[in-house]
Amino acid sequence: MGFVTTFLSIVVLLPIAALVWTSGKHGWHEFWTVVSAPEAVAALKLTLGAAVIVSALNAVLGTITAWVLVRDDFAGTRLMNAVIDLPFALPTVVGGLTLLALYGPSSPLGVNIAFTRTAIVLALLFETLPFVVRTVQPVLHELDRESEEAARSLGAGEVRVFRSIVLPNILPGILSGVALAFARAVGEIGSIVLISGNLPFKTEVAAVFVFNHIQSGDQNGASAVAVVMLLISFLLLLVIGGVRYLTTRHERRA
Amino acid sequence: MPMNKARKPTLLAAGVAALATTAVATAGTNLSLVAYSTPKTVMGKIIRAWQQTPDGKDVTFSQSYGASTDQARAVGQGLKADVVFLSTGDDVNLLVDDGLVDSKWNRQSYSGIAADTVVVFAVRNGNPKHIKSWADLVEPGVQVITPNPFSSGSAKWNILAAYGAERRLGKTDKQATAYVQKLFGHVVSQDTSGRNATNTFLAGKGDVLITYESEAFASRQAGQNIQYVIPRQSMLIELPIAVLTSSANKDVANTFIRFVKSDTAQNLFGQYGFRPVNKKILAKYAEKFPSRPGIFKVDDKIIGGWRNADKVWFDPNKGRMVKIEQAVGGPSSG
Amino acid sequence: MRRFGLRAIAVFYLLTVLLGPLSMVFYRAFKSGLHPLWTSLSDPNTIHAFKLTLEITAIAVPVNTVFGIICALAIVRRRFPGAGIVNAIVDLPLALSPVVVGLMLFLLYGRTGWFGSFFQDHGIQILFATPAMVIATIFVSLPFVAREVVPTLRELGDEQEQAAHTLGASGWQTFWRVTLPSIRWAVVYGVVLTTARCLGEYGAVAVVSGHIEGKTETATLRVQDYYENFNQTGSYGIAIVLAAISVIVLLAMTIIRPKEAT
Repeated sequence: MGFVTTFLSIVVLLPIAALVWTSGKHGWHEFWTVVSAPEAVAALKLTLGAAVIVSALNAVLGTITAWVLVRDDFAGTRLMNAVIDLPFALPTVVGGLTLLALYGPSSPLGVNIAFTRTAIVLALLFETLPFVVRTVQPVLHELDRESEEAARSLGAGEVRVFRSIVLPNILPGILSGVALAFARAVGEIGSIVLISGNLPFKTEVAAVFVFNHIQSGDQNGASAVAVVMLLISFLLLLVIGGVRYLTTRHERRA
Repeated sequence: MPMNKARKPTLLAAGVAALATTAVATAGTNLSLVAYSTPKTVMGKIIRAWQQTPDGKDVTFSQSYGASTDQARAVGQGLKADVVFLSTGDDVNLLVDDGLVDSKWNRQSYSGIAADTVVVFAVRNGNPKHIKSWADLVEPGVQVITPNPFSSGSAKWNILAAYGAERRLGKTDKQATAYVQKLFGHVVSQDTSGRNATNTFLAGKGDVLITYESEAFASRQAGQNIQYVIPRQSMLIELPIAVLTSSANKDVANTFIRFVKSDTAQNLFGQYGFRPVNKKILAKYAEKFPSRPGIFKVDDKIIGGWRNADKVWFDPNKGRMVKIEQAVGGPSSG
Repeated sequence: MRRFGLRAIAVFYLLTVLLGPLSMVFYRAFKSGLHPLWTSLSDPNTIHAFKLTLEITAIAVPVNTVFGIICALAIVRRRFPGAGIVNAIVDLPLALSPVVVGLMLFLLYGRTGWFGSFFQDHGIQILFATPAMVIATIFVSLPFVAREVVPTLRELGDEQEQAAHTLGASGWQTFWRVTLPSIRWAVVYGVVLTTARCLGEYGAVAVVSGHIEGKTETATLRVQDYYENFNQTGSYGIAIVLAAISVIVLLAMTIIRPKEAT
């Protein structure tokens, strides 16, 4: 017990304390001035915007992919299932480099999206691919198909079946997957740094903002934006915790 | 091959030392060189040449390359360094302020400068947008690439060059500053370092890259399809080299710096696209490094030296660049 | 028809986002032949970068494995007040940007940081040296073992442990003979995930490394170094070596996962 607390204190809490202290040492007013500076606001807006788009795409495409993996059976499903985790196992810089290879300036497809916001969204999609798929897949797998059959035999259409029977069951999975993907998208740097161009006000995400401002010696600016990112992380953990709590309560009642 | 031989034991030593956390070189001396982003190739050649002399025979090197200001800040925060080779005197002054470099560093031979270069415009082959002068950069539809002045030394040179060129053309301080702002309205990418900016340009973005002559030369050497234009009014970029007061190997470090200014090293600079500070050797490469009538220095009175330029332009709170970045950036251009 | 439509969407999604780009990396790496690729990979600084990555991983993985198991036991078995908070803190690195982690270490161990002058006075280099890179890597890969072990421990219940205890086994014996064998696969799976995370770490390490060639450059930083210095072949070359390692990790994950389920 003591070990866990001590270890967490040294490795996690102490650094957080240093960050919060640095960002706050000049007072609330100074913190607010730094965070509300146009460049910081632009970076945070872009980051949150991209994270929302990526989360939404993940919710839809991730669920479809999970569905195909569980309910469909064709030659490719096993391969698909195996490669889903690849973005997790692959170093993020390599992820960015792979996208640059196909969608960069010397793209064989003739599509050059390097240094645009589209590139950021694509990189984030790459990195967050596994989250929703992997949280929805097990729930779909265990889902009792009899009630679906029953609904169908009563004349419900596919859309209706999905909406009233499947979706309520997989929704918690989708939500926690989306929250994880969102968190990841907010903090991502490795896959973005080579492909985004890092142009302030246009393609500079929050993590890159922090990185650039550490480099230029502006510890206040870096710390202030970092604290905002820290708050977002805590918030998302709360959401994930809440979803987990709700689902287990559901189980306990059943 | 002698380099490889010299290197192997150090790698082991470095690994062991890294694990033991207190880094102590075992065989001979290990010099830590912290440098700005673009001279990696030429410094590699110079170090190799030095290691073939009696002085440098037993010396091994740890080398770090990155954005100039970033590197200076890192040294200020404790990155181990014996010698710094930065892209601006401004960044050396950061270390002077931290008490890590002697304030008289610029009284060394050649005023503490290892090599020179000038600000040039790199353009696509054939110069399709007909870029020749500073005025051409702000023509409608021209996209310009220059790095971020808060982390890159190259960017600082580019800005001062743009401002100084206008002053040289007879503009007032106000008009010249307005020109810089107009120029930044055409900037489509601000990377962290001069090298990153080059890569962005080579990757197909922008019409003009404002960069070092040495960097444009290096890109051509690397087989890239670009050419470069030296504008009539340009800035002489002086690249400072200095020893750290905290260095445990000051003598070796000073010997190395002397070698960097020796004929052998100055010739290597010339071969790799840098202008030698040794006038005699520079004369040998006269064809390669054409002179321009309007070349000015940071110490000219229109700029007023690095201390002044830093205060006026790059102060993170009140500098002109902060205002310009805000004016051209902002949500409207996003 | 509908099924075919969904299948098409899923396949298209994976191809555009994942498999298409990945195959291009292989093409790019081998495009200019084997020789330049080999020169870049056998460069002493590149070899050192791989070694450093492995060293850091070799320290971070055992530390986090021991911590993860103890932490999971504490959370599940000792229902102490604040277990929820501990649980949340353990999860934090999952949700926090690695750059922020790097910045935190910068603020702690930099020359002007909280402990900077202390370590400097004692001649110990933390920032811009291996120690800070190890600490950063431990931070970002902290949650994985604990997260895998916690649910398994919950499902397991503590009846067997209680039984062992009544039969006179000490706490230590109970752990080795009863608990550990039953959470074995969860631990192994967690270790695989931790390893993957350590090998691929970029953001946090990039902030604290100082980028000294042959000293503090890891494999992922080397990818960037090569890319920036006009050596795309080298960059893509290291990328495919890292990708190959990822595929091995992936295989390990796929093999272990079903066993865990039983």
